[in-house]
Amino acid sequence: MIEFIYFGLEALIIILLALFIALLFNGIERKLIARMQARIGPPITQPFIDVKKLFIKENIVPDNAIPWIFNAMPLIALASSLLVLLYIPFGGMPALLQNYGDLILVVYIMLIPSLALAIGAFASGSPYASIGAQREIVIMISYEFVLSVIVIAVAWLFSLAFPQANAFSFATINEHAIWSVAGPVGIAGLLLLFISSLAVMPAKIGKLPIDIAEAKTEIADGVLVEYSGRNLALLHMAQATRMFAFASLIVALFLPWNLSNIFSLSGTLALIGDFAFFLAKVFVIMFVSGIFVSAASARLKIDQAAKCYISFIFLLSLIGLMLIGLDIML
Amino acid sequence: MRLSEKKKCSIAIGPIHPALKEPIQIEVKIEGEKVTDVDFALGHVHRGIEWIGLRRNPLQILYLAERVCGICNISHPLAFCTAIENAANIKVPERAEYLRVIYAELERIHSHLLFLGVAAHELGFDSILHYTWLVREKVLDIIEYLTGNRITKAVLMIGGIRRDITKEQIPKIKETLKYYEKIYKKLCDIFLDDPTIKLRTRDIGVLTKEQALKLCIVGPTARASGVKKDIRQDFPYAAYADLKIEAITPATLLNEIRGDVFDRVIVRLLEVKQSMDIIKRCLKEMPEGPIMYEPVLQKLLVELKQVSNEGVALVEAPRGELIHYIRMKNSEAPVVWKIRAPTYANMHAIPAILKDCQLADVPIVVASIDPCISCANRAIVADKNNIVLNQEKLHELSVKKTLALTKDKVKGEGND
Repeated sequence: MIEFIYFGLEALIIILLALFIALLFNGIERKLIARMQARIGPPITQPFIDVKKLFIKENIVPDNAIPWIFNAMPLIALASSLLVLLYIPFGGMPALLQNYGDLILVVYIMLIPSLALAIGAFASGSPYASIGAQREIVIMISYEFVLSVIVIAVAWLFSLAFPQANAFSFATINEHAIWSVAGPVGIAGLLLLFISSLAVMPAKIGKLPIDIAEAKTEIADGVLVEYSGRNLALLHMAQATRMFAFASLIVALFLPWNLSNIFSLSGTLALIGDFAFFLAKVFVIMFVSGIFVSAASARLKIDQAAKCYISFIFLLSLIGLMLIGLDIML
Repeated sequence: MRLSEKKKCSIAIGPIHPALKEPIQIEVKIEGEKVTDVDFALGHVHRGIEWIGLRRNPLQILYLAERVCGICNISHPLAFCTAIENAANIKVPERAEYLRVIYAELERIHSHLLFLGVAAHELGFDSILHYTWLVREKVLDIIEYLTGNRITKAVLMIGGIRRDITKEQIPKIKETLKYYEKIYKKLCDIFLDDPTIKLRTRDIGVLTKEQALKLCIVGPTARASGVKKDIRQDFPYAAYADLKIEAITPATLLNEIRGDVFDRVIVRLLEVKQSMDIIKRCLKEMPEGPIMYEPVLQKLLVELKQVSNEGVALVEAPRGELIHYIRMKNSEAPVVWKIRAPTYANMHAIPAILKDCQLADVPIVVASIDPCISCANRAIVADKNNIVLNQEKLHELSVKKTLALTKDKVKGEGND
């Protein structure tokens, strides 16, 4: 019983911390984009102010919406994006739920926010939201290929290197850097997979150039158009967390190095150092594939984006997988 | 429902929509993402400016004309002044004609930069929106320096212009032009070479030359389709006859004309450069002399009151051909004042260029004709039973009105 309470407490701390960091990063992101566009931009605390304001605002449910689905979906979106964070090892710390699920489960859970967003939009009864939801689903189908290729490649490498360990488990991923188990050809393949995972990022989090499901100037925020008040606050938090979670996943898979090993730190110092370093890595990933790209590109159309993911990025990741296969055979 | 059945859905873009800067309702029927049918409705911001004008004297109308459009607030009063001058046979001093050209071209630079920003925003490319609008500040600054106001300049006067450009002011204008020379290269790099912009604008919203001619499209929209028409070239007004302007088409830069959104953006970009060259030439060639036909306004008003004639003026506004028609009849207020803004002509391109586009293309394609809705608005006519009059009825009424007017003209009197 005590163990259970302790477990719950730990989960709560991680969730609150992750939420705080996700919103903070969102604020920094907005500020950085503003500076890139020669604007002053909102204060870094703006996402907190927005969420606080939205929570005290009226929550409007459209007349032709299906209320229970419409209201439940933002909650599901936020819960599932937070759940991902309990599986991903932060820095050197093993993940809280690492014995209760693996990489495949995490990839599935990460689908839920997109699905929830789409279902909620369909339930809102607005044509703009329906178009947004259709777009969200199409874009989800097209980038999911790439993610599955990445999972296969990672598991393949680990299963050959450590036959006795669970190749999909985050414990294994956390213990060994993936780059150390591959040969030179495999490293080239991993590099391609890393690039394709970065390319998936804008689609996964709905940022420019793939913010097609929201597309402010086309369909007036699409999937979010009917949401207001508490629901919108939850969705804002879910979006921010989703970005943080996906960046963390990329860091956990491809950039697993820690400061404590390099500088031989120990104890609390190692914990804090590793965590700070982890956050820095997550931020760099977010900056490279989320913030910088979104400030420097126009919005693609749905067919262009889908074509880009299904043909080009998918091909890139397949070549990566083949190179890894070649490396294993050699 | 079977999967093969495609569900048709109608989506209203506007009158209030983030893609639109002014109220217009565009009704698109879509199949999935594909646009199958388009219709549009105007009339949300009708202000009855012409009606108000018929109850004012020409000097008062000048202020109204300036407020027809927030952006073309040189073109409208310029067209109005030219129309009155044509009616009253007023000869404008040469220096004033050159000054009018300078102000009109400054306005064109600012309007086209505004358009480039809006186009980028419709594509979701906000960085370029902020960049173009940032560089636009420089031209607004120089306009403020010359006229005392950023937007509503109030420099035009019937028979001349109210503010001269002195010798001390010229270096600052040249400095601004030099700044834009630098910026122009950068803007060209952005709009010609950016892959995402090209992906979103190339071969989208195509308006062929035949369609443009058939629909009587005007201004940069027509020029982008390869119709070499420009009022400054065809029917020169102000000092344009001395300057020998040539209409710009995309072929000037790219050796091909496709008539798509990309071409419409490029034409406007090229016209920024053209305007810069015109201003430079004007500053060099501008003669000395008076800038007003009649500096005493009371005298001018008295003279205008004697006029019984009609006048038409064509002006190349940033968006295209702008027509002002005025008829004076020995009275303080004109009998007829008619404005045909360029957007009113270009609106008819919207259904043609939106056909077979995707829903995602609608904002940029509509923005690509650079619509100025408030200029183009017409009243919706309803009779006592609150029914909007149909085309036949309106035609009948307009024939009656025309007959009354022509009779009126022959007799030289009668009711209006």
